[in-house]
Amino acid sequence: MTSHELRAEGLALGYEGRRVVEGLDLVVPDGRVTVIVGPNACGKSTLLRALARLMRPEEGVASLDGTDVHKYPSKQLATVLGLLPQQPIAPEGITVADLVGRGRFPRQGLFRQWTAADDEAVAHALRSTGTDDLAARHIEELSGGQRQRVWIAMALAQQTDILLLDEPTTFLDVTHQIEVLDLLQELNQERGTTVVMVLHDLNLAARYADHLVVMSAGRIVAEGGPRDVISASLVKEAFGLESLVIDDPVSGSPMVVPMGRFHGRG
Amino acid sequence: MTSTLDSDIRMLGAVRSATRRRVLVVTGILVAVLVVLAILALMLGNRIVAPGDVLAAAFGQGPGGDRFVVQGLRLPRLTLALLIGACFGLVGAVFQSLLRNPLASPDIIGISQGASGAAVGAILLLGWSGISVSFAAFGGAVIVAAAITLLAGGFGPVGSSGRSGAVGSRFVLIGIALAFLAQAIIGYLLTRADVRDAQSALVWLVGSIGTVQPAELVVTAVGALVLSVALAVLAPRLRMLQLGDEAATGLGVRVTRTRLLLTLVGVGFAAVATAAAGPVAFVAFVSAPIARRLLGGTGPALVTSALVGAVVVTGADIVAQHAFPGLQVPVGIVTGIIGAPVLLLLLARGNRTKGAA
Repeated sequence: MTSHELRAEGLALGYEGRRVVEGLDLVVPDGRVTVIVGPNACGKSTLLRALARLMRPEEGVASLDGTDVHKYPSKQLATVLGLLPQQPIAPEGITVADLVGRGRFPRQGLFRQWTAADDEAVAHALRSTGTDDLAARHIEELSGGQRQRVWIAMALAQQTDILLLDEPTTFLDVTHQIEVLDLLQELNQERGTTVVMVLHDLNLAARYADHLVVMSAGRIVAEGGPRDVISASLVKEAFGLESLVIDDPVSGSPMVVPMGRFHGRG
Repeated sequence: MTSTLDSDIRMLGAVRSATRRRVLVVTGILVAVLVVLAILALMLGNRIVAPGDVLAAAFGQGPGGDRFVVQGLRLPRLTLALLIGACFGLVGAVFQSLLRNPLASPDIIGISQGASGAAVGAILLLGWSGISVSFAAFGGAVIVAAAITLLAGGFGPVGSSGRSGAVGSRFVLIGIALAFLAQAIIGYLLTRADVRDAQSALVWLVGSIGTVQPAELVVTAVGALVLSVALAVLAPRLRMLQLGDEAATGLGVRVTRTRLLLTLVGVGFAAVATAAAGPVAFVAFVSAPIARRLLGGTGPALVTSALVGAVVVTGADIVAQHAFPGLQVPVGIVTGIIGAPVLLLLLARGNRTKGAA
């Protein structure tokens, strides 16, 4: 793992004139798991998209190792920075092996075709996601959890030091959510891959994040270790929700227990 | 039993060689069919040349009469059929993969109609004929493609409001609207025209390869070759674009630029083929789906689509020339007759497999 610096400076992002993110600075800690959380429409996915050069900032810059991600040669950037979008498209009839193999594209050129190294990378990716026995299957035959693992395998085959994931657990049941998050943590611990992901579930975010970024209304309202960041007052500020924060009896990370109009203390 | 990395690598190799074997078999069969069709095309006609003499005549050997009909008349026609068939097959494959929409074919999204409109205008209003009509057709195709692109809001920069995929259907719908517009213009021009002029415009309109000039053949061949080289370079990126604009960007594809280049190449193929033969119906539309079905896989299936296109046009032209005794119909009529049921079949199958994407 080479060390890298992925950062955002004075980032302003928007869609057709409507500002979603304003004046945002972020340095992604190298070799750690960073999770971005926040209420709907707070700009968390938008921020991730800007880091992944999926959108151009209106102001400011997202940079990798000091170079604007939009000025970085695109294929070269793809060997350092991998991306799993929220809704990638699986062409009808594609096999797992074919799909995961496409993760090798950034390493191939006009005259540098498929090699043994590519096979090895794909085999590694399949094994570490537990999808090797699915290699010959068609994507549409798989369950949602298997499918997501296959997409992650494609990103792994890319062998990047940084991996960005936009809500990798959406549409998955709780078992598969844990499975996917465990896989990402393993990847981080075993290979030192820097993981940046957007998650919806605060408690899972607190459990898996080394570095938690809480956003609200286009700004970062708090960031740091989950223990230092999560508090009832922060949840109130960012989400407008009354809650009780306790220790997760399983992981020891902070756990937010929401209160509503019908369920509260006293 | 747990598998080892080595066994996984071996298995990947096996999966890949199975795919490769299928591609080879399909390609082999299509080439064989093409060879048979080519020999038939050279043999048949008022003067039937024996199968054994066809090759000799094609290379300028044997009796003068054979040489004349084979080398002078049938070979250019066959060559044009092969060329435009391959071109139309490629356009369909490129557009359908690029826009992720099976309806994205030049004869549906107005590019062929644009070419026709310009050609008919050139024939009827300007009195053009021969190769200049081809250039007019080329211009018409490019104008429609540019108009669709502008109206669809450019190439949809990744990250603008729409999710990837929306770009494709917008493109197709605008194209269909423009196709009707071009059709209306063609209809207007035809009703205003002198009957004999209208007759020659009509023959062009249904797609005909009966009257081919050497110059036309050379222009078409050179155009197809240049575009094929460009497409070969772009093909791997087209495969990545199939995964959606975002995933493709993540894999290092510059989506906007690649889409622009691929659109240009696709329009180029459509224009070259339409300019030479008119809008031969349905070839672009059906070739790629047939190719993908034959391969049983995904990928843009470019080479296979080109071969299927060549088979369809060559076969259809044999039927058009010889199936109706005493009557030569333009090849576009036959491809239309074959194409419509294929479209219906694909739609029926598409409904059943819907949701699999």
